[in-house]
Amino acid sequence: MKLRINGTWTTLGEEIQTVGELMEHFSLEQKSVVVEQNEEILANGNRDSRVLKDGDIIEIVHFVGGG
Amino acid sequence: MLKINDRTFDSRLLLGTGKYPDLDTQKKAVDVSGTEILTFTVRRMNIYEEDQPNLLEQLDTQKFTLLPNTAGAKTAEEAVRHAKLAHASGLCDMVKVEVIGCDKTLLPDPVETLKATEMLLNEGFTVLPYTSDDVVLAKRLEDLGAHAIMPGASPIGSGKGILNPDNLRFIIEQSHVPVIVDAGIGSPGDAAEAMEIGADGILLNTAVSAAEDPVKMAEAMKLSIQAGRLGYEAGRIPEKRYASASSPEEGVSTT
Repeated sequence: MKLRINGTWTTLGEEIQTVGELMEHFSLEQKSVVVEQNEEILANGNRDSRVLKDGDIIEIVHFVGGG
Repeated sequence: MLKINDRTFDSRLLLGTGKYPDLDTQKKAVDVSGTEILTFTVRRMNIYEEDQPNLLEQLDTQKFTLLPNTAGAKTAEEAVRHAKLAHASGLCDMVKVEVIGCDKTLLPDPVETLKATEMLLNEGFTVLPYTSDDVVLAKRLEDLGAHAIMPGASPIGSGKGILNPDNLRFIIEQSHVPVIVDAGIGSPGDAAEAMEIGADGILLNTAVSAAEDPVKMAEAMKLSIQAGRLGYEAGRIPEKRYASASSPEEGVSTT
């Protein structure tokens, strides 16, 4: 399936079907990140079970230093 | 005691977390500054490369109140999106509204700032808008229900100190919510000056992070903010044109 992740189109293997599996793929499951799927912010509770579909626009953000 | 909405803080210094030379220096600077509020910003994660060490992952987030800013937003709608992304982390419910309207001066867009403040207040956020030192705009933001007003002393990162102390004084005198001077502070003297005028707090970043010795400067800022506040509370003497002797003029011993 093809997803646009943080602005870049990426093709992922069949084994990745949910946001949780996507997090594992990028080793982000322990990180404090916020995920947006097609402009909808996913709440932490139901984030990982959320099903991905071809063409989804995914944004993965976190806190960085700023003033 | 600094009170913002329903939270109280002993420290009147809000510290930014950008542009430190390294993480160790930053941690020490945060520590000696005595700050209880740290600002952050939301950015895309670089998922394709090994992640750089991140201060937030090493912080005791119970010990600090996190204040995400909306830096990077140019419209009210973008600012609201940034704020919601930050809030979704579950780490904060305050937000510093920062909507830049000019790339060269990094001065805030007053119209979008006002709009974003209103939208975020309606969403239930504790809202601290970064604004110019415009007295009427500060009033309009307070009328909307902003929980603090954060006028800039001078452009972000310029270190020029307070360009218009009179405007700052007017804003402080009219406000019923905390006034936190945000941006442009260069030296401990600038911070003390703002506090002596009556500011409730100071938000700074570059003045510490880009100092030759950030840790020492963090301590200097802490002390100058305390000194400035004490001076304000103590009430300074009025200025006079002529001298006024400190020692008694009577009883001078002569031969």
